[in-house]
Formats: sequence, C-alpha cells, structure tokens
Amino acid sequence: MSQQTNGISIAAAVKDTIIAGLLALIVFGPVVGVLLDGYEFNLRAGDVASIVAVVMAGRFALSVFSQTEFGKAFLYRQSTKDDGVVVTAPDYKSKMRFIIPLVIVIGLIAPFIASKYVLTIVILGLIYVLLGLGLNIVVGLAGLLDLGFVGFYAIGAYGLALGYENLGLGFWSMLPLAAIMAAISGAILGFPVLRMHGDYLAIVTLGFGEIIRLVLTNWTEFTHGPNGVSAPLPTLFGLEFKRRSKEGTPFHEFFGLPYDSAYKYIFIYLILFLVVLAVLYVKHRLTRMPIGRAWEALREDEIACRSLGLNHVLVKLSAFMLGASTGGLAGVFFATYQGFVNPSSFTFFESALILAIVVLGGMGSTVGVVIAAFVLTVLPEMLREFADYRVLMFGILMVVMMIWKPRGLVRVTRTGFATRKGTVK
Amino acid sequence: MDIVLQQLVNGLTLGSVYGLIAIGYTMVYGIIGMINFAHGDVYMVSSYLTAIAIALLTFFGMESFPIIIFGTLIFTIVVTGAYGWVIERVAYRPLRNSSRLSVLISAIGMSLILQNYVQISQGARQQGVPTLLTGAIRFDVGDGFVQITYMKLFILFAAFLGMGVLTYIIQKTKLGRMCRATQQDRKMASILGINTDRIISSVFVIGAAMAALAGVLITLDYGAFDFYVGFIIGIKAFTAAVLGGIGSLPGAMLGGVILGLSEALFAGLISSDYKDVFSFSLLVIILIFRPSGLLGKPEVEKV
Repeated sequence: MSQQTNGISIAAAVKDTIIAGLLALIVFGPVVGVLLDGYEFNLRAGDVASIVAVVMAGRFALSVFSQTEFGKAFLYRQSTKDDGVVVTAPDYKSKMRFIIPLVIVIGLIAPFIASKYVLTIVILGLIYVLLGLGLNIVVGLAGLLDLGFVGFYAIGAYGLALGYENLGLGFWSMLPLAAIMAAISGAILGFPVLRMHGDYLAIVTLGFGEIIRLVLTNWTEFTHGPNGVSAPLPTLFGLEFKRRSKEGTPFHEFFGLPYDSAYKYIFIYLILFLVVLAVLYVKHRLTRMPIGRAWEALREDEIACRSLGLNHVLVKLSAFMLGASTGGLAGVFFATYQGFVNPSSFTFFESALILAIVVLGGMGSTVGVVIAAFVLTVLPEMLREFADYRVLMFGILMVVMMIWKPRGLVRVTRTGFATRKGTVK
Repeated sequence: MDIVLQQLVNGLTLGSVYGLIAIGYTMVYGIIGMINFAHGDVYMVSSYLTAIAIALLTFFGMESFPIIIFGTLIFTIVVTGAYGWVIERVAYRPLRNSSRLSVLISAIGMSLILQNYVQISQGARQQGVPTLLTGAIRFDVGDGFVQITYMKLFILFAAFLGMGVLTYIIQKTKLGRMCRATQQDRKMASILGINTDRIISSVFVIGAAMAALAGVLITLDYGAFDFYVGFIIGIKAFTAAVLGGIGSLPGAMLGGVILGLSEALFAGLISSDYKDVFSFSLLVIILIFRPSGLLGKPEVEKV
C-alpha cells in the first residue's frame, strides 16, 4: 500500500466496503429482515438486501472520495474548521433593516388573505418559533442543555386550561401569569440544579419534564388525566369568538358580520405574531446587554468566567427563567389554539423537536431559529405521506448537524466596535 | 408482610437487571465522560432481537429450554454488541474532540433514530414472547404467601453471573487493564501504546452486551414490549448508575439493586401510578445532594 499513497487504493476501499456490508447485515438483518407476527415471523430478505447494498455503495463512495485530492482537502477543512462568530465592520449596515419591516408588513397582511388551513399551520409554526426562541436562550446562549423544556410548555398550557376551569381566569390574565408561573418553576428547578455539571443538568431537566407529564396523567381529580381539559379562546375587549355567547354578544354579531370560524384564528395569529415580535426584540436587545454577553461567556468557559467574578448561578438562573417563561407563553397560545390540552402533547419527543429546531437553526442565532422552526413544523405538514419517517429524520438531522456544523446552519454575526470619536486611543 | 416480602423479591430481580443496564452508562461515562443517551434504546433493540431469536429457533424446531435460552443469549448479545459498535463509530467517534453538549445532542439524535427505525421496521404495536419457564417456589408467610418464580431465580442467577464475568474481565484480563488505563488517563494510555479508540469501542460493545443480557432476561419475564420501552428503563438505569456513583462498576450494581428495591416497595405500599415519578424524583434528589453517588469519587474540574 505504501507505493499508492498518492493514488486511489481500490483494494482498501473494497475492504472497507465488505466490512461495512457485513456489519450492516448483522445490524439490519434481524430487525428489518424478520418481521415479528405474534410468535411467528415473516421474512423480508429484499429490504435487507437493499439496505445492505445502499450501505455498501455509500461506504465505497466515501472510501474513494476520502482518497482523492479534493476529498483530502475537504476532510482537512472539516477537521480544522473554525465555527466562530462572524464579526462585521463597525459601520456595516445589515440587509436585515430592509427585510424586517417587510416581514412585519407581510405578517400583518397575511392572515386576511391566507386560507384557514394555511393560517392554522402558520400559527403552529409561530408557537414553535416561541418555543425555539425560549430554548435557544437556554441551550444556544447559555449552553445549558434543557431536555425538559416541554414541562414549561405544559405549565403554560395547563395554566390557561385549569386557571379558566377553577379560577375563571381568561386568556389575557393567564398570558402574563403563565409566563411568571413558568419562570418561577424554572427558578425552583434551576436553583439547586444549575450548580452541577452540564450533563447532569440535561438528565435532571429530562426527569422534571417526565414528572410533570406523569403528574398531569395520573392526578385525575385535578387535571382530568388523559381526557384533558378544554381551554378558553382569547376575547377582544370582552367580545367572544364563538357562534353563540353565554354572556354578551359574540364578535361577529357585534360587528354585524356572518359567523366564520376563521376569525378566531386570525385573532390568535395577530396576538401571537405581536408576541413573537416582542420576544424577538427583547432577545435581540438582551444579547447585546451585559447579561447576554455573560451567558455566552459562561457557555464558552465557565471557569474563566467565575475567576473573573461572574456569579455563575445567577447568570444561568436568569437564562433558565427567561427561557422557561417564553415556553410558558407558547403553552398558553398552544392551549387556546387547540381549545383543549391533554398530557400526550407534552412528551419527550416534543422536547426533542424543539431541540432539533435550536440545533438546526444555530446555537444562539435568532434568524436561524425562526427559519428552522418553520421548516421543521411546516414541512412535515406538507409531507404527510412521510409522517412515519419524521422522527427518524429529526434524529439523523441532530447527529449529522453535530458532526458537520455543530453551531447550526446560520452563523451568528456580530457588529464590531469602533472607538468613539473624541476618545483617547 | 407478605406484600413487603413479595415486593422485595420483585425489586431484587428488577434491580439486578437495572444494574446490568447501568453498567453501560457507567462504563461509557467513566471512559469518555458522556451520557450515552441511546443506551436505553440499545436495550429496546435487544428485546426485539430476543423475540426474533426465539421465533427463529422455534421455527427450526428447537424447543428445549436450555437450547433456546443459550441460542437467544448468544444471538442477542452478538447482534446488540454490533449495534453498540456501529453507534459509537457513526455518531460518537467523529465528535471525540467536540464539546460535551454536541456529543450529548448527537446521542439524543441516535436515540430517536433507533426508536423510529424499530417502529418503522417492526410496527408500532406491542410484541411478545411465549413463556418459556413456568413454575414457582412458594413460601407461606402468615396469612398470605410469597412466590418466587423459577424465571426470577434464573434472572438473579444470570444477572449476577454476568456481573461476575464482567468483573473478571475488567480486573484480571489484558483488555480490562487497558480499559482501566484509558479511563484513568486517555492521553497517557495512548502514549503507552494502547489503541484508545479501539478500547472505547470495546467499552461500547461491553455495555451493549450487558444491556442485551438485561433485554433477554426482562423480555422473557414480562413477555411484552414495544419500541418505547427503552426510554423509561434507560432513565431508571441511569438513575441507578448515578445512585451508585457514575464511573464505578460495583456502584452500578448496588445502585440498581437499591433503586429496584425502593421502587418496588413504593409501588407496593404507596402508589403504583406514581412509581416512575418516585424514580425520577430520586434521580433529581441524588443529583442535587450527592452528585458523586454512593461509591463514586467527587468530580473535580481541572483547568
């Protein structure tokens, strides 16, 4: 082999291919090839053969590619890549200053043009934007892996449903209350936990999310268990969006319009859109404030930050609480949009989906998370026939992104600083 | 009284199996410092492999219990070991020098992949295996009785045999010595000529093999499983690993038995609806008050 260091060694590639094929046969053979049917089984040799063929072809192509000059250069770039932030010149004007007003205008006009079906999907997309933004503060900015984020989402959703049922609180009073409730539970969970190591934090939050779901399922007297609870719709200055209202006139009668169930979705959409804009703005400002810088610094090197005098528990706690309150807000919108909540909406898979949004969009990147949230919620709606493969795709996405671009598809940009005029250099 | 004794028997068998799965977590954490999130799903794959092996063996006319059990064990351990190796090679080795967060996210992705892959290829409904070993020993206690099925005795025997073999491998063989060296100081071990990548791979294979043993035992005892069983049992085994002190082999077994016993007692005496809540709360409480566990050493982060 030593003579062939510059050429392509087909023999080595064939050896790799055969090993990969044998492994694929051992790994996929039994599980794919033998379909259990009661205590009997059916053989599916064809599926195994095609999977093994694909694996072997892929391994062969990879083996040959990594031996070509281009492949070597590509692998070298991959192994020495530097995925830092892009720092722009101080006087650089981002194109975003044109795009953002345009998006806002389109966003405000859209609900009046779009069909009800499109509107419901976009509302779902926006809810995931909120969730993604919340988790992005915790995972992306502060570097704390929170696998129980769905717990705060559940607190918001059940807060609205149970608050209405037991205390008669409506959408508008629960919106801030749910955010506060979620933040407080984030603080209660976070305060003892945040001192510990990052990996342990992931498992503790995972346990917390599961505890919330199990309590919601099993505490039937209060939460009605798996049957769920109904949640109220938002009201416009006391006007309800139902066909008939028990108290007062409903929205369509007040304005003399014919009843249309799309009104409530338009209304939810508009509130949600404004809330998302507000959260985006707050987050955008926070990342430029000392607290936001402290989050990112702590993510990069905790020991250095502590030796510079940052109170790491307080900094982490603030990120955790802000993230949690955003999750709570999203929960309220989810409950009012569905009109109904039950524990099956708050499984671990939901946490994993939100994590996939953050991972795909880029750790700490706001634009990336918004785009990723829409891609990961709207795309599965359009590709209904591939619904079975959805989770598989999310899993592959997470692994591939971590290997290929661990900081996400959209790189974080940051404006550079210039010394002010009149200061001594 | 009889309920307490019965639950102690159930808890001991369940706990010994938790201990087997916890070994996979604790060894991987000890050697590369990551939580192998997909380990519970490796266990889940091994339950399917158990059913497949039994179906294949009965199809070829092998009906006697020893042949079936040995055939199933060998088949499941070999194939699950291959899963462990492939998972490490595909999802973890390319991330050897990345941040711990990246590796953990990759592991979560791997866990989703395994669940969905099994769901697609075998269907979402529950699967089962026939009962192979029947019969039980009964003891009269006061008004009631305590029953120990032969299956439970077999589980205890097999679990402790597995632990014994593993302890022998780690303490006495060359492979075990290299594992311990890599665990203590990976860079120094590779300077001394140990192929640390290969050792890490073999640790994954050992962990998967122990999970496979647990998968065969639990599947034979309970009879039913689906593609989602790995999640809950994975967290519980992780709890056991943390309880005993993560990175410590005897700790994993001790933690498993303590968790199994306390969970069974909680389910029998207080509420079986909330037994999972109990285990998760136990995990949270241990991590907050004693993150190094019962037998672990406190982790000191060096600059």
